[in-house]
Amino acid sequence: MIIFEVLGITRPWLLLALILLPILWFVLRAIPPAPKIRRFPGVSLLLELKDNDIQPDKTPWWLLALRTIIIGVLIVGFAGPFLNPELIENKNTNLLIVMEGSWADAPNWNAQKKEVLQVVEKAKNSGQKVAFLQLTDPNQSLVFSAASDAQKKIQTAEPNAWLPSSGLERLLINLDSFDTYWIGSAVQWPMQSKFTEALLNKGNVKVSKSKVALFGLLPTSFTEQGIEVNGIRLKSKTAEQVSINVMGLDPSGVERNLQIAVLNFKAGMSQASQVIELPKEIRNRITRIIVMGQQSAVGVRIVGENNLRSEVAIISGDVAAREGLKLLSQEYYLAKALKPSHDLIDGTIEDILLANPDAIILADIAKVGAKVAMIDWIERGGTLIRFAGPSLAAKNHDLEKADALMPVKLRRGGRSLGGAMSWGSPKTLQPFKANTPFFGLPTPTEVKVTAQVLAQPSPNLATHVIARLSDGTPLVTQKPLGQGRVVLFHVTANTEWSNLPLSGLFVSMLDRLVSNSTSSSFEPVALIGTTWKLSQELNAFGNLKSVVDRVGIDGQVLVSGGIASKTPPGVYEREKLRWTRNLLQEDSEFKLPIWPSAVDLVGPSASQLQSLMALFLIIALALLGIDILTSLWLSGKFWGMGAAFAALFIFLSFAPGDARAELASDRSLTATRDVVLAYVRTGEVWQDEISSAGLLGLSLALNQRTSVEPAAPVGVSLGIDEISFYPFLYWPITSDQKALTADELQKLNRYLKGGGLILFDTKDANFSQFGQSTIEAQTLQKITVGLNLPPLSLIPQDHVLTRSFYLLQEFPGRHVGAAVWLEASSGRKNNTTETPFGNSNDGVTPVIIGGNDWASAWAIDSSGQPLLPVGTGFSGERQREIAMRFGINLIMHALTGNYKSDQVHIPALLDRLGK
Amino acid sequence: MTHQKLLNAGLELAEGWPQLLAQAQSLANSFIAGGHGRRRAGVGDTFWQFRPAQQGDNLRDIDWRRTARGDDKFVRQNEWQAAQSIQFWVDGSASMQFFSSAESKHYRAACVSLALAILLTNAGERVGTVDGKLPTKQGRIQVEEMAKQFSLPTKDDFGSPEIDYFQSQSLAVFVSDFFGDITLLEKAVTAAANLGVSGVLLMILDPEEISFPFSGRTVFESMAGEIRHESQQAGGLKSKYQTILKNRQAILRALAKSVGWQFHCDTTGSSPADALIWLHRALEHRR
Repeated sequence: MIIFEVLGITRPWLLLALILLPILWFVLRAIPPAPKIRRFPGVSLLLELKDNDIQPDKTPWWLLALRTIIIGVLIVGFAGPFLNPELIENKNTNLLIVMEGSWADAPNWNAQKKEVLQVVEKAKNSGQKVAFLQLTDPNQSLVFSAASDAQKKIQTAEPNAWLPSSGLERLLINLDSFDTYWIGSAVQWPMQSKFTEALLNKGNVKVSKSKVALFGLLPTSFTEQGIEVNGIRLKSKTAEQVSINVMGLDPSGVERNLQIAVLNFKAGMSQASQVIELPKEIRNRITRIIVMGQQSAVGVRIVGENNLRSEVAIISGDVAAREGLKLLSQEYYLAKALKPSHDLIDGTIEDILLANPDAIILADIAKVGAKVAMIDWIERGGTLIRFAGPSLAAKNHDLEKADALMPVKLRRGGRSLGGAMSWGSPKTLQPFKANTPFFGLPTPTEVKVTAQVLAQPSPNLATHVIARLSDGTPLVTQKPLGQGRVVLFHVTANTEWSNLPLSGLFVSMLDRLVSNSTSSSFEPVALIGTTWKLSQELNAFGNLKSVVDRVGIDGQVLVSGGIASKTPPGVYEREKLRWTRNLLQEDSEFKLPIWPSAVDLVGPSASQLQSLMALFLIIALALLGIDILTSLWLSGKFWGMGAAFAALFIFLSFAPGDARAELASDRSLTATRDVVLAYVRTGEVWQDEISSAGLLGLSLALNQRTSVEPAAPVGVSLGIDEISFYPFLYWPITSDQKALTADELQKLNRYLKGGGLILFDTKDANFSQFGQSTIEAQTLQKITVGLNLPPLSLIPQDHVLTRSFYLLQEFPGRHVGAAVWLEASSGRKNNTTETPFGNSNDGVTPVIIGGNDWASAWAIDSSGQPLLPVGTGFSGERQREIAMRFGINLIMHALTGNYKSDQVHIPALLDRLGK
Repeated sequence: MTHQKLLNAGLELAEGWPQLLAQAQSLANSFIAGGHGRRRAGVGDTFWQFRPAQQGDNLRDIDWRRTARGDDKFVRQNEWQAAQSIQFWVDGSASMQFFSSAESKHYRAACVSLALAILLTNAGERVGTVDGKLPTKQGRIQVEEMAKQFSLPTKDDFGSPEIDYFQSQSLAVFVSDFFGDITLLEKAVTAAANLGVSGVLLMILDPEEISFPFSGRTVFESMAGEIRHESQQAGGLKSKYQTILKNRQAILRALAKSVGWQFHCDTTGSSPADALIWLHRALEHRR
């Protein structure tokens, strides 16, 4: 039932009870107010007395009115009033729920679902039949059935990383008339108007427009300085800033955050671009570019390692001469190394230059033909790779001026090492330095060089060297030339001078050099007849997930079909090739959907059905409270109970609303005066209480058992509070924590760099192993995506955490046995030797990640008793004790740095001194 | 209320009024240490007679000096001296616990009684309680015992004196509000009078019990909650109640007169000395 267009009533028949109110009035009038009760010894004298007047005292009229109002409010409240009722005049018996479920809907997918479920709930109440249609769903069927079926379908619906396809209107052909409720997404899709038409033909169409700020990433382009990131957004009149996260592999092959940049959208502009300065080597390791804080595939750009197969030409000097020994020729080794992942071109130098390959390899060619054309090609971005050999060594370089096609000037003749006539032994390779193209590649000790050509010593020789032998002589040199470069291997490409070509390193080095070449355009013709297999799929939320067992797809279909349900975005592979397919093209733009005027547009807020039942009942309760107080007052008992009630009432309404009102300066004062353990506020009250109680328990144990005497623990909100005061941060992960903002990231990274320790606790005991991950683990991933975390490893048996105070073998919390991760120890030693004072962490792992729910095991209540049960019986108490010991070890580790780990060596040192 | 506090209050009341004390002292002086010669042999300090020893006399009772003068053995007898006994009944029932002002009726009753007991003991009299738990004795220790006894209230709504332990020829002091069953009181007074006991009835009332300042719908409950009376308009009962109260006092006065006792009504609103003075005067004539 609907009253005044804004108020509806769920159970109108209940309002009939309002008729009872006048009756109630008389009944209430008849009942006198409660008598005062008095103790009076003289009562024995009163016993035989009669009242003069039988007429009792009357209830005051205003109290009667108050009570009548209370009953009235209760009746109206239970009748279920609600705001904003649906005003559908002629409701159809069928209701079609349309959700698009594309990447544009992913950011607010849950909100959309909630809205739709509300609509279905209403339809359920009014007995409508409901069908649910997700436009991007590949298996669509339209059947009107009970609303509960649709609810189930909606609850399991997931968005897809593509837009609805055309031809959807054919689904509607054989259906009777129906009404439609459509959650419109923020972005228009092709053929949308046709589908809208078809729906309008069937009945009313109501569209709920979603309002979400959507940012997309266009293809990136490589420039001199780095990469240019291009973003688009929906047309907006306000200026906006979007953080961009550049993800890539670090030298050890772990994907991490390489750079954070900001895209500035100016007011009124829908495009923005930003050049991110990156060294070429790092640029090649970029895997993904992500719009931070936006859960949509459109904000993710996968950057392929080998977006394109590069073309390489090999020209060898000794082709004709030693035909019989082809298997030993340089060309053969080079072709073997390059063929799996690159295209090889044959021909004369002139022909090859016309084909404009990415790289040309000259194997022991002293005199290069078509020199001018070659230089021109290099300056346009080509990479010339030269290998030494007998002929190059024999050339008299002194006679010539500096050769443009040589990175360095060579000395005549080579040198041989480890032969019968030489003093030296074969040389191995030095590790590759940072800022060289080979940085990060392993240098196997079995690679030995027995002969090489030598560079003329010159002041700037060192700047050209990108790989050295163990005695410091250059092995590979390079020289930039225009946009390209010239690289010289000072050895041959076959095994005559070294066994480098036999090692895997050789292939990697060539790959690095060749892949550095600037990309040329992509040729669809080359894809005809190729079959590609999806290896990693980008889902609508922008997560890249490995997939297996997908049917191969023809390359041409991939090119012509665009992004659709059969050809989702992601990484496709063929043999060793990688092809990344992203949502947006160079010329993509976001268009706002255009709705015909026949469509009934509703904002998401307007259709919110707001129940007023609770409000009415609360009003009734408040009035009842007043009634109690006045009744008490009337019967003269107000100053006993009533005053207590009133005091309680006043206390509740004026209770301090926010404990955070304490001054920041006070916080920093306590935090710096004492050791203070801190936890990150999650926003879940119960979790924060447990964190607080847990750290309180740990602080108490530290006080009792160690010389660490912490003050009361505090909770910090990352966005507001300064965290650098706290040596230790406990961070429980709850499922609905949000990803970090750029400010918070910066703060945390500074904290980690400055020696802080964060204990991440997923509290899930790593419950779902076997490659799955729990919600908490996913949340943890989301949170830590921008953090500068070191490589992690499982906690080693001899880690200092096992002995910094107690000797421990396991680290239980409320759960036992879940793996505990911390910083891998191997890389650390190198760093310390290189920069002795650069390591501010002092050997302390910046993060510890586990799922044992430690705070719950540590938690105590105000009387010092354990708050939560751990395990059962005695073994449970033992487990709690061990958990507490882990906590103590942890704080010791955080506070003492490498002191404790150095203590391990003391006996050995003393022993040695004694000798 | 501890008995010590009660005792102190009684002491204060007794000692705080010099003229009272002086009066008590002079009264005491008019008796010989409280002992009253009974003109026959008995326990006492004054010599009464020698009499020939008879069979059954104790050897130690023989007065050897007198015996040595003759052949017969003589026993020395003193004049029997007995102090006056005063028995108290202080109503400790729940009804006496009522108070609208500073002190309850029971406190007032106990306090006045103790003060009187102190004065009497000072004068050498024997004091005790009617209920037989404390037979009459002399001395301050007895007063303290009485204070202990008074500070134990009973559970009953209304109280009445025990009738089985009256000492003949003694004095009785009944202090109560006399709101209980009047026939029980009548029985006790008659029983006492039959034993030659004379005494006083002291009625203690709260000011509210006289003024009856109530109005509106009220349920009156006795202090222990045993009796209830509901009135729709308590204000209308005032005059009737006061009449009944006056009647009750008249009945009590008549009862006292019929056996030669005295009756007095006192309120907790007035000074306790008034009651004490009246009590002392009333007993003066009796001893």
